[in-house]
Amino acid sequence: MAEAKNYMYKSWWKIASVLLLLYTFTAGFLLEVPRLPALQETIRNLYFHVCMWFAMMILFTVSVVNAIRYLRSFNLKYDIYARHFAVAGIVFGLLGYTTGAIWASYTWADPNKPAINSFSSIARDPKLIGAAIALLVYFAYLILRDSIQDMDKRARISSVYNIFAYAMLFPAIWILPRILPSLHPGNEGNPALDVKNDISGNMRMVFYPAVIGWTLLGVWITTLKIRLSLLKEKKMIS
Amino acid sequence: MLEVRQQYSFYGILLYIGATIFVLFNAIDEPESRVWNGLFWVIQLFICINAVAKSFLQENKGRMLYFYSIASPSGFVLAKLLFNSLLMLLMSMLSLLLFTLFLGNPMQKAGQFIGLVLLGGWSLSLVFTFLAAIAAKAQQNAAIMAVLGFPIIIPQLLLLMRLSNAAFAPLLTIPLTTVLLLVVLDIMVVLFAVILFPFLWKD
Repeated sequence: MAEAKNYMYKSWWKIASVLLLLYTFTAGFLLEVPRLPALQETIRNLYFHVCMWFAMMILFTVSVVNAIRYLRSFNLKYDIYARHFAVAGIVFGLLGYTTGAIWASYTWADPNKPAINSFSSIARDPKLIGAAIALLVYFAYLILRDSIQDMDKRARISSVYNIFAYAMLFPAIWILPRILPSLHPGNEGNPALDVKNDISGNMRMVFYPAVIGWTLLGVWITTLKIRLSLLKEKKMIS
Repeated sequence: MLEVRQQYSFYGILLYIGATIFVLFNAIDEPESRVWNGLFWVIQLFICINAVAKSFLQENKGRMLYFYSIASPSGFVLAKLLFNSLLMLLMSMLSLLLFTLFLGNPMQKAGQFIGLVLLGGWSLSLVFTFLAAIAAKAQQNAAIMAVLGFPIIIPQLLLLMRLSNAAFAPLLTIPLTTVLLLVVLDIMVVLFAVILFPFLWKD
């Protein structure tokens, strides 16, 4: 098969993903972490919550790159890539929300009331709004893409929307939170990458491998889905 | 353009603005400035969807083919963007006028707020013009435009609302960098429209 050289069918990075994640789980729970006020042990959630957003961002970026590749070559394969990377990105975004909600219920929520009562004040945070926008955009992308019957037209229109939406997402996720006031850490500089304020060097030893591990896991899931739909496509054509 | 040929649609939008604001007038009287501000931008959003959606959705296939034969895609989309911007600027001024008439006038810095309204109207019209092009190609109604457009427009609306809150308070000054950011975003939308529209154009 001509595609045998394709990265999708290699196994070394899948093994790497599993190893990195195993490392994340063991080292993440065992290594020493700094005691910051209000965070305490919950800071270990950094290895999960923040990595979800990194993975989501990377997967969405890959999706856009594939949309651009589609518009340059009109090869339907890239449209399928773009769609599945977007879906995987959404999954990671939802997981990011869940881990974030658990984290917030121990750190931000008013301890005297049930955590659910603090929802409306927490959800107003600019970073959460940005994340919500990102998810809504890609839900809209899926709806738009699935509402069109014709295959070429579907690929073309949804790729155009994908690129346009991604370009408008930049200000939402990267600029807005730095303008508006926020409870969320990381307003001055890059969240979780700043050694002095946020995390100790010790934590970076786990954090960076964790980001890579989760991202690779996301890519793995996506490639499985891509291979499945490529097979379906082949059956349909022949 | 379309509005000159089908004048009823132009008057339809005018009536839409009048009717919505009249309903609001009946629902609440003299809201405080923050509520006023929120209501104003939401109404602007809906006016924009109604005004701009028509530009692509009501063009029939034969006429699109005619445009296809006489104009380049970037020229066509630029013309649409320009026309819709002008239309939306007019509508923004009108709705601002009606708002101050019916719901009171909380503006402390009228000149700056009018500037913001014009900028906001322009941003809204640019984004929704391009989305109307996408929605029209997908053969969908205006509902999908709302689904596609709302998440994209939220950041701009947030910035606009913050800026206009500053225009209502006598002590706050309007940060110039945020205004510049909005202008840059608008320019970006135009650029992307010109780059991406040729792909939507051909059938």
